[in-house]
Amino acid sequence: MLFFLAGTAIGIVWLKSLIAVVMLSSIYSLISAGLFIAMNAPDVALTEAAVGAGASTVLLLAAVSLTRGRRRVEQRRTPVRPAAIFIVLVTGAALIYGTLSLPPFGAPDTPGQLHVAPRYLAEAPAATASPNVVTAVLASYRGFDTLGEVVVIFSAGIGVLFLLGSWRRRLREEGE
Amino acid sequence: MRDNIVLSVVARLLMPFILLFALYVQFHGEVSPGGGFQAGVIFASAFVLFVLVYGIDAAEGIIPDGFLRGGIAGGVLLYAGIGVLGLLLGSNFLDYNVLAADPKNGQHLGIVLIELGVGTTVASVVTAVFYAFVRSKR
Repeated sequence: MLFFLAGTAIGIVWLKSLIAVVMLSSIYSLISAGLFIAMNAPDVALTEAAVGAGASTVLLLAAVSLTRGRRRVEQRRTPVRPAAIFIVLVTGAALIYGTLSLPPFGAPDTPGQLHVAPRYLAEAPAATASPNVVTAVLASYRGFDTLGEVVVIFSAGIGVLFLLGSWRRRLREEGE
Repeated sequence: MRDNIVLSVVARLLMPFILLFALYVQFHGEVSPGGGFQAGVIFASAFVLFVLVYGIDAAEGIIPDGFLRGGIAGGVLLYAGIGVLGLLLGSNFLDYNVLAADPKNGQHLGIVLIELGVGTTVASVVTAVFYAFVRSKR
């Protein structure tokens, strides 16, 4: 599935048509959701399928249909610059070199797994009466973080609504 | 697209199931995968389908703008209000143990209520943003 992901990502970079790119990124989200299921993370997979493949695709399609017709996408061939390719290759190599010192995927004895995770796994079902540990951690142990996330969604929604101007227009109409 | 009979019939058939599934993900999120974020998006997707098939005017008749604005703010207020309620009952902010006589039931209640707040805000924001996109297209 990782190969499918890589292929979709290359397709997104390669294609010029915006609608095709949006559809491909939706497919990308769907494959990621499948990958999360394969890694036994159904909560994340459900979020990815609903938000990534569903909602954001619809919103991006709406945004594309807004921009189309006002300005044509410039189709200009940029010359290949050797210096740019060199920098990209060096940065990529440095990043891959950095991953070599990370612990192997899923290893149970890493610091990230040993800090608070065992306590959550042991205590959460009894302390919160919720069999789903993900929900228990998200809503109870990490309640502050989740409140922050909701406030982020709130402010993002308000911001988009003001940017698109439908509220402002209505307020002006009501004022006159 | 309202004139297409296949679309409108299928949409009418699908809507209740999408809404029911959203509610299941919302309130069963404690036990099975899911929660407010996912449920909110699924709930909103039902109205995205409705707007796509029946048009924005019909959708506004069912869920008006003011309702959505109330939902956007109300979800955050519900979440924060549960936190403050914990404070008022003599504990820490967002401590659910004091919401009921038994700490376990308190946790249960707190989680269900804040997930409801999350779901309300997410569903309202996604629906309102989609409304706004459709409207500025006209």
